[in-house]
Amino acid sequence: MNKLQRWHIDIPLFYALLALAGISLLVVYSASAENLWMTAKHLLRLIMGFGILFLIAQIRPEDLRRLAPILFGVGMILLVAVLGVGIVSKGARRWLGVGAFSFQPAEVMKLALPMMLAWYFARVPLPPTLRQVALAGLITLVPVALIARQPDLGTAILVLGSGFALLFLAGMPWRVLAALAALAAVAIPFAWTHLHGYQQKRILTLLDPASDPLGGGYHTLQGMIAIGSGGFFGKGWLNSSQAHLDYLPESSTDFIFAVFAEEFGLLGILVLLGIYMFIMYRGFMIAYLAQDSFTRLLAGGLTLVFFFYFFVNVGMVSGILPVVGVPLPLISYGGTALVTLMAAFGMLMSIHTHRKMAG
Amino acid sequence: MRTGEIRDHLRESRLFGTRLSVVAIAVVALVAILVLRLAYLQIINYRHYATLSQENRVNPVPIPPVRGFILDRNGVVLAQNYPVLTLEIVPDQVDDMSQLLDEIGKIVTLNEKDLKLFAKQLRERPRFESLTLRTHLTDEEAARFALVRYRLNGAELRARLERHYPLGALGVHAIGYVGRISEDDLDTIDKNAYRGTQYIGKLGVEQSYEETLLGKVGFEKVETDAHGRAIRVLERIAPVAGKNLYLNIDARMQEIAEQGLGNFKGAVVAMDPKTGAVLTFASTPTYDPNPFVNGIDPASYAALRDNPDKPLLNRALNGQYAPGSTIKAFLGLAALASGQDPARQIICPGWFSLPGSTHRFRCWKKDGHGAVDLHDAVMESCDVYFYKLAVSLGIDRLTSYLAGDGFGSATGIDIEGESKGNLPSPEAKRKRGQEWQPGETVITGIGQGALLVTPLQLADGMSGIANRGLRPQPRLVEAIEDPDTKLRTPIEPPVMTSMGDYTPAQYDMMIHNLVDVVNGPKGTARGIGWNAPYKIAGKTGTAQVKSVGQGESYVASRTAENLRDHALFIAFAPADDPKIAVAVVVENGGHGGSAAAPIARKLMDHYLLGNSTMKTNVPETGGNAD
Repeated sequence: MNKLQRWHIDIPLFYALLALAGISLLVVYSASAENLWMTAKHLLRLIMGFGILFLIAQIRPEDLRRLAPILFGVGMILLVAVLGVGIVSKGARRWLGVGAFSFQPAEVMKLALPMMLAWYFARVPLPPTLRQVALAGLITLVPVALIARQPDLGTAILVLGSGFALLFLAGMPWRVLAALAALAAVAIPFAWTHLHGYQQKRILTLLDPASDPLGGGYHTLQGMIAIGSGGFFGKGWLNSSQAHLDYLPESSTDFIFAVFAEEFGLLGILVLLGIYMFIMYRGFMIAYLAQDSFTRLLAGGLTLVFFFYFFVNVGMVSGILPVVGVPLPLISYGGTALVTLMAAFGMLMSIHTHRKMAG
Repeated sequence: MRTGEIRDHLRESRLFGTRLSVVAIAVVALVAILVLRLAYLQIINYRHYATLSQENRVNPVPIPPVRGFILDRNGVVLAQNYPVLTLEIVPDQVDDMSQLLDEIGKIVTLNEKDLKLFAKQLRERPRFESLTLRTHLTDEEAARFALVRYRLNGAELRARLERHYPLGALGVHAIGYVGRISEDDLDTIDKNAYRGTQYIGKLGVEQSYEETLLGKVGFEKVETDAHGRAIRVLERIAPVAGKNLYLNIDARMQEIAEQGLGNFKGAVVAMDPKTGAVLTFASTPTYDPNPFVNGIDPASYAALRDNPDKPLLNRALNGQYAPGSTIKAFLGLAALASGQDPARQIICPGWFSLPGSTHRFRCWKKDGHGAVDLHDAVMESCDVYFYKLAVSLGIDRLTSYLAGDGFGSATGIDIEGESKGNLPSPEAKRKRGQEWQPGETVITGIGQGALLVTPLQLADGMSGIANRGLRPQPRLVEAIEDPDTKLRTPIEPPVMTSMGDYTPAQYDMMIHNLVDVVNGPKGTARGIGWNAPYKIAGKTGTAQVKSVGQGESYVASRTAENLRDHALFIAFAPADDPKIAVAVVVENGGHGGSAAAPIARKLMDHYLLGNSTMKTNVPETGGNAD
């Protein structure tokens, strides 16, 4: 057994995450217009992220299971609290201040909901009955509704996705799936009228970004120009004219993928997606090899949370999904998503390295 | 896991395997869609986007709006903008930064502070942004720069508008100031609305009316060359200037109040009771807001912050003082409302004791007032009368009357961060695990103990008495002016809150008592009513800072200055048709009648008679608001 394994670190996953961290530093440096100060701050956050991963990997899966309902309960209380006493910022109430710190309780839900559902389904024989599916659906929809009220559409979609993933992995009957699809088709026109003005605008400009080139469509259009002009080989590191000449907004956060695509081209993208796919593969492996319902479902669910992050982000930057403010996992500048994802990977590693070997 | 239910582990794990495979296929399919989309952009449409990127030279450049002016009620300019020449550098356009700085250093003076601030921006700001190297260039420096401009790539001379407060420290606690937009601000504002704007209101009216003052950002679509340098303007959406604010504040009166307080710490609030218009909002010591505009240097800020006199503290808004005897103006009403006979006399022997206790609560008049009724007790400020009143009402009824007068809650003035003061509460004390002492009820009767009020609350409460029951919501801003059309829109009339259940007759009686405080033969403020052509109704107060022991006596000259009593005075005039209500607090000023009341008199003279004899720095009439 090697040293890292003794500390409950899964080596393939660890190296893949390190590779992403390295790429992240290069791209943040470039996207911030060679701002060493920002890059150093980012490096610090990455180190912190790995620290969190390391700590969580030490927690035994049995303890994670015990923690699940508690974490979910605390998360729900915080979500209710944030609607009452949260800090209003840019027209949304998302932040909860604790002394000098402030954080988004919705972020906790990205982990707490899959944990809670895995906990619930581990208590019943699978596949679940219709009643159990309905209860699990309720457990998912209440926090999603609270988050959507803040409003924070990006996070609400990610949390909804993670709940759905768990339900599906747990063996939700196909006919329920079909019924949901039918319901969605009916509900979409109704939901449209309940979206906030800015949310509607984002979806409209997605359909035709050129209609509002200086307003809502500006992000998307500039992102597409950045990606497209990268070509197959890219313009080379530090040569993203879109970011360096300030055409691309949020270039080091939500739109960092555009900078990456401009500088490293399709070739670079294939390498990056390759690493992402490798992480997905490893996550699914861990889920497949897990020895009980809870760890199996949790590992599968968390891996899919990671997938949703990068699919939604790359989708929105390349102009096939609306702009909802989801960062590119482990690449974007910023600490919140990084902490969530590293904690998720810590759990994956814990699940994998605490297995009881047969024989 | 529940027992009694039979789990088929093999079946479960097979089910999971199937579902995982479906998910994996879906993931691969979705990633394939992404790859196809990206290949579509990067391979098939490469030429199209490469051309767009090459020609992406039409950049929307924000044009910041002009921030609205702030003027006093007579049009005296309190906050304005004036153009300053700044030397700015876009790092991305510079080949050799240190050489450029050397070259510039030869033609304009660059001191260490300039270079340090610039180095900080260079570290923290994006390289395509225009960073300030020097502000306030002289014409001569600008001319020298213009001559050699052609070989200084990346450096640019710009005229920027800078916020300026022409009257300096005067009224800073009402006006507030703007400062550079900070990282924290960026989290809470709409970044697009602030594109190109450097400043944001940080305090006072500048902060609370930020949206009105800011205006709307404009845009220029500028064609640039490959290095981002502007070639020509293709389209222009003009910015909309921010609105001007007319305050209710009278800068002259503000000056009278601040000079009247002199070197004392304290606060003065004057209001028009009928409208809630705040005429004076003073807190001393004051400080000059101008250095805050472009970021005050840490040493000067530390000096202000650590100054024991706390100039940064807004005493009118956040100073929480024991009201002392000024509270008797309100408790007198409570006595009437509770059904106490105003003519009933009590004997003041100079002290009061609770039944079964030997502790003596002293009257300020050592030998006692003898027999006093409510009128005498208010006029002569007899403590024993109000000790007895407090005991007979009980603390909870007493504070419920005070709550009706507005104490213990915010007045709702139009600036942020108002303090609420404190109403004593046995229940709150019990929750902290302490017991309410009967003596605490006694001293609340003379405005001591846990009862705390702000000068703003005092002025507002006095306005309520002046209006015979309607307490106005204080307003600093009188009107909003459109800078283009000069159309002046008054702020909607403030809400009046009804005070306690006092009858008109009770108000008349109490106001008569308050008039005698100033005009009566034994009134505690009789000095200041002298030769006034209008009648003042008022109440003095002296709030203890240091508690005086049993058997000791308080002698001002023997007490360290910072432990000397606070002097208070609240008043309105003319008594029969009130036009102005004033609250004055002079910290460590001694007696209210002698230290605080004269300031109120000067303000009333100025406002009612317009014949202040004060020397003034404030211009007579307003300048032009452009």
